[in-house]
Amino acid sequence: MPLALVDCNNFYVSCERVFNPKLEGRPVVVLSNNDGCAIARSNEAKALGIAMGEPWFRMEKIARQHGIIALSSNYALYADMSARVMALLAEFSPRQEIYSIDECFLDLGGIAPQSLPAFGRKMRNTIRQNTGIPVCVGIAASKTLAKLANHCAKKGLAGGEGVCDLAQLREKDRHTLFSTIPVAEVWGVGRRLAGQLMKLGIATVQDLKMANPAYIRAQFHSGLARTALELNGISCIDLETAEVPRQQIMVSRSFGSPVTALDDLAQSVAHFATRAAEKLRQDGSVASSLCVHIRTSPFIENAAQYQNSRVISLPQPTDDSRRLVSAALSGLRAIYRSGYRYRKSGVLLLGLHSRADMQRTLFDDTGQTAGSERLMRVMDAINRRMGAGSLTIAASGTRCAWAVRSARKTSACTTDWNELPTVAA
Amino acid sequence: MAGIMTPVSQHHSIQLSRPGNPPLRIPLFSHAIEAGFPSPADDYIEGRLSLDEHLVQHREATFFVRARGNSMVGAGIFDGDLLVVDKSLNPASGDIVIAVVDGDLTVKRLVVAHGQVMLKAENPRFRDIEFKDGQELQVWGVVTCAIKRFARG
Repeated sequence: MPLALVDCNNFYVSCERVFNPKLEGRPVVVLSNNDGCAIARSNEAKALGIAMGEPWFRMEKIARQHGIIALSSNYALYADMSARVMALLAEFSPRQEIYSIDECFLDLGGIAPQSLPAFGRKMRNTIRQNTGIPVCVGIAASKTLAKLANHCAKKGLAGGEGVCDLAQLREKDRHTLFSTIPVAEVWGVGRRLAGQLMKLGIATVQDLKMANPAYIRAQFHSGLARTALELNGISCIDLETAEVPRQQIMVSRSFGSPVTALDDLAQSVAHFATRAAEKLRQDGSVASSLCVHIRTSPFIENAAQYQNSRVISLPQPTDDSRRLVSAALSGLRAIYRSGYRYRKSGVLLLGLHSRADMQRTLFDDTGQTAGSERLMRVMDAINRRMGAGSLTIAASGTRCAWAVRSARKTSACTTDWNELPTVAA
Repeated sequence: MAGIMTPVSQHHSIQLSRPGNPPLRIPLFSHAIEAGFPSPADDYIEGRLSLDEHLVQHREATFFVRARGNSMVGAGIFDGDLLVVDKSLNPASGDIVIAVVDGDLTVKRLVVAHGQVMLKAENPRFRDIEFKDGQELQVWGVVTCAIKRFARG
């Protein structure tokens, strides 16, 4: 059964280019939260040697010399554009697995084999026209091969027009192709594993494909053996179409500037606990315990270091923002030490269970539970209608000493009425 | 004006009390209300007309932009109007389109006649944009509606 892996080219940069065509053909990088490092680069920026994860302060000089445009990450925009791309792709197949913000697998069973490349081109053209985002399509018999095919499509190693269907290649051409691709390119094989494989004489994709899976399992682990089977067209990894509820929920951010006061730290923790609670309710889950953590920056030399975390067990599993904020704040009070310049805090929800599965105990206060449900529903509805963060728990505060620094953010063109793109009339 | 709302259960009305004035009764509902206050979470009522559904044909390909300038007043597009743009539509001669010109987004009427492609302004005070041989016209999307708000909107 053929599978497709569709992924967006330089996704964050592409999103920015849709609304600012001046960025086309220019070297562009998108910076992480707090304008820390490059998390996306256009092909032109890659050609200038900007590496993924390169810290901004290190690239500033090159950026000025070559006119590299740096933008702060605009997640509101990227999330919306991703939702559009995924919804459009979902129309091409009854089974879709959204793998990441810019990649998805699609089950193409039912499409005639000879029509697959044209089908891939249709998907590519549809996404390009409807959203402006360029994508590449890899088609093959397994997920691992589909990822490889996508790589070939993107780099122009096989296929054409951004689409590569491995089945269209003759066996010997596939053999040649795989012999030229380093084994590190295979999905699931990182630099470290690639190094270990090289020591055993497995340097290319073809080498891994031809290796004995039992040998691989013995030398490494069953996951890599599965990968070797997948390279041979044997699909071992199925599409995950069911939405698996998260096992834990973490909300954490680095601060734009250091925070010393307990009040300000408490505001950040309350905010993160509220955000985590929203995600919890979205998943239809409740949490049994919560962990709050705070830390100073490990990157500043000679600065006093402190980091600590505290797990608070909740008397009753809950999804109520108020209870979670209260638990997070009590944890914070226990670990806070004055005199430190805190750079990051976070809240982690643990022991998640599906709300529906929760059994009532004798000690549950059903009256309170019903009231809590109602209040949370209203809060979520208002935030959906008026914009995220319209209604929060008072402890989150209004003055944001810890807010993320993003000096170069473009506007939220698709999610904020006040930030729409303007067109010259 | 100070007001005090007092639910009066038998008559389903509220009383507005101004200091010194007799209470003013205003009917609140014509029928009994279920227990609890009207929740904003319940604002989706089946069957009510939705402007969003009416104006947006292709959700994933529809974007909203703000018009700035007066080159299209002849077509009814004024400075500050909200434009609904559908990127999924194939542009045809006569359509009002958003086009990319010198890296900027601009709204004009697309006219293709005698093999000549033009972006026409709808205001005699503004120039048309002609596309000569070899120049490529990039259409960003087709404008399907213009929405204008009056002072009270």
